[in-house]
Amino acid sequence: MAKMTVATLNEHRATMKKTYPTTLQPSPLTRIVVGMGTCGIAAGAQEAWDEMKKSIAEFGIEASVQMKKTGCMGLCQVEPTVEIAVPGMPTVIYGKVTAEVAKRLVRKHIVEKTLIDGHIQDRPAIDIVAYVKASEGEGGTR
Amino acid sequence: MTGEKEVAESRPIGAAPVGAAASGGMVAPVGAAAPGAGAAAGARQYLLVCGGEGCQSWKSEELFLALHQQAETLGVKNEVQIIRTGCFGFCEKGPIVKVMPSETFYCGVKPEDAKEIIAGRIAAKKDVERLVYKKEERLAATTRVPEGAFYNKQFRIVLRNCGVIDPENIDEYIARDGYAALGKALFTMSPLEVVAELRASGLRGRGGAGFPTGLKWELTRVAPSDQKYVICNADEGDPGAYMDRATIEGDPHSVVEAMAICGYTVGATKGYVYIRAEYPLAIERLKIAIRQAEEYGLLGKNILGSGVDFELEIRLGAGAFVCGEETALMRSLEGNRGMPVPKPPYPATSGLWKKPTVINNVETFANVPMVILKGSKWFASIGTEKSTGTKVFALTGKIRNSGLVEVPMGTTLREIIFDIGGGIRGGRKFKGVQTGGPSGGIITAKDLDAPISYESLTALGSMMGSGGMIVMDEDDCVVDVSKFYMDFCVDESCGKCAPCRIGTNQMYTILDRITKGNGEEGDLGKLEKIGQAMTKASLCMLGGSAANPTLSTIRHFRDEYMEHIHDHKCRSGSCKALVRFTILADKCIGCGLCARRCPVPCISGEKKGVHVIDQAKCVKCGECFVSCKFGAVVKA
Ligand SMILES: Cc1cc2nc3c(=O)[nH]c(=O)nc-3n(C[C@H](O)[C@H](O)[C@H](O)COP(=O)(O)O)c2cc1C
Ligand code: SF4
Ligand code: SF4
Repeated sequence: MAKMTVATLNEHRATMKKTYPTTLQPSPLTRIVVGMGTCGIAAGAQEAWDEMKKSIAEFGIEASVQMKKTGCMGLCQVEPTVEIAVPGMPTVIYGKVTAEVAKRLVRKHIVEKTLIDGHIQDRPAIDIVAYVKASEGEGGTR
Repeated sequence: MTGEKEVAESRPIGAAPVGAAASGGMVAPVGAAAPGAGAAAGARQYLLVCGGEGCQSWKSEELFLALHQQAETLGVKNEVQIIRTGCFGFCEKGPIVKVMPSETFYCGVKPEDAKEIIAGRIAAKKDVERLVYKKEERLAATTRVPEGAFYNKQFRIVLRNCGVIDPENIDEYIARDGYAALGKALFTMSPLEVVAELRASGLRGRGGAGFPTGLKWELTRVAPSDQKYVICNADEGDPGAYMDRATIEGDPHSVVEAMAICGYTVGATKGYVYIRAEYPLAIERLKIAIRQAEEYGLLGKNILGSGVDFELEIRLGAGAFVCGEETALMRSLEGNRGMPVPKPPYPATSGLWKKPTVINNVETFANVPMVILKGSKWFASIGTEKSTGTKVFALTGKIRNSGLVEVPMGTTLREIIFDIGGGIRGGRKFKGVQTGGPSGGIITAKDLDAPISYESLTALGSMMGSGGMIVMDEDDCVVDVSKFYMDFCVDESCGKCAPCRIGTNQMYTILDRITKGNGEEGDLGKLEKIGQAMTKASLCMLGGSAANPTLSTIRHFRDEYMEHIHDHKCRSGSCKALVRFTILADKCIGCGLCARRCPVPCISGEKKGVHVIDQAKCVKCGECFVSCKFGAVVKA
């Protein structure tokens, strides 16, 4: 990317807003966000990530699933944490996602579209960036 | 279903509508489906029953089963999925049931309410009003959040992007209004206007002392010099604190952007992030962020074509607590040994290499882009009058839900510990909470309703500190905790000035002998005297605040100290030397388990006869206490 000016930065932002992978906007894709701060990784987030990648490939649904990593979601007690947004289902955060749970997440939550018992965590806070945007009528799902 | 043995979730739940399609690893009808498509999914509702420890004691399991039964009875089991979840906090008001997708929150739900919920919420799609949690209840009278924003226990400004964006991708930060504040400052605001905005916002330093950030920038801005510097303090040496690490790992660009804004404002072209080498992931992500920002022209020469230059470098610290102190940090940055120097002169006039320097904490910086972008009015509307905005805390200790929390200033400790943290683990009793780490003090149950602000925590004999919050229960001994912090200060004292070097050692020696049952009459008086001298005479605040944990626990728990000294008793059982394990003759059945577990061994007794512990040999490991299945071993 070449050095930007304010104008190109603003243009770039407008494009990115529409295209960056996020669970905050509706999308036809399934989005998986894995908490990968130090605490998440120490608790096995990388193993969960690898397991989900593998399962997704086994189901042959790579094209409809976006995966990305993020920092700490703040739920240190229940790391590793994974947020999942499947079209038509509530977006939820799962905690204590071991490799075994990760595999189940793909099959039960993404493929069979049922929530998994015992692992869902409460979302700690609303998103203030999207919140203000929503009130300005630009859309944002919660 | 797929034939595997499945745990609870497949048991009583209605048939999983698309399950069959997936068996055998076939391509499932998932991704391409538009939102809401897929059998039944559109109409489906979800009941999330809190299965946390607190709610379980409120019969949440019975409720869970009752809901399933009612769904079956009323013939709506295909319209709802009922599952258990992790702890929702709010344990006092449990059991909690959350309804998705309507996001309704029911509290104090009893098994008898199951029918009403299923018939109402699920079948008729109408809420059971009497159970709905009232939002107002969640708001302390003192807590303010922007009008219209509903309050979700937490309010995230600093952590706005943590858990949302990929921290290694600048585009995602930009998509979330990243670098918009930099553009706004560079092209529509004069340095003076930036300062004015910050001052009006009321933002104060989050590194501990709470100095007004706008004023700090202004003092540096007006200091005449050919060269000035901006430093981000990411040393984070307070044991139990990891807010800054998490912020950099989750959103490094927020700090980079803020530092560039600061450079423009004060007229500095060079910045340093001083970060401890023990944070490799944070360092790596920060490096990536700086490189990406340089590529985009957001750092370096002629930022965004504005003519303003700002370069950023990372410097690694060796992890000494004293190097978090700003003057010591700058000496360390210059390549010297990290030792504090007397103030004044303050960094704003004579800092790094004796040039005017702004030094701010990670969290302080992370707030800045939001202040610039959303305005001081918005920011000042959050929190309390004198402590605006939010504060991030690392909630640890004997708490059910430990974690990183960000709340508006003015939130009470009770809300943080009980509503968000879910209260004390294992149903034990709350004893106190340590804020401010080794420089702070303990806050006890009677002050739990104090709204958090710089002023209130200081008034309670503690301090805001950087955000470590360690919760203690009745099993923690205040003398032992004070000794732990004093030990830390002995290790971390740089030794430059006598009050701290000698005082911390002396206080440690006294605390140590109290925990061993050798405390002397008058020890408390000595501790108080040395503590006061250190507080007054130390060169930097390491020594100046090292006595705080001890002095504050003496203030609140004098009787416990006296018990240690007079009765050689530690009521919590933490002070090993004072603990005595004995076996109750009327409870012991003589199974011999404790004798086998004892590592010394010092437990003897006939088979099926009462066992005894040889006190002279006992090493107080407590193995017998945990191993006895008959409650025959007691700790006193
Ligand atoms: C012993 C000691 C350790 C400190 N450690 C830190 C630290 O780890 N991080 C930090 O930001 N400030 C720390 N401070 C406070 C800094 O000296 C300084 O006040 C702060 O970085 C200023 O930034 P702020 O105005 O944004 O809070 C420490 C102070 C003392 C006395
Ligand atoms: S108070 Fe302690 S850490 Fe600070 S300068 Fe004196 S000896 Fe060093
Ligand atoms: S384990 Fe308990 S019951 Fe068994 S011998 Fe020891 S004290 Fe007695």
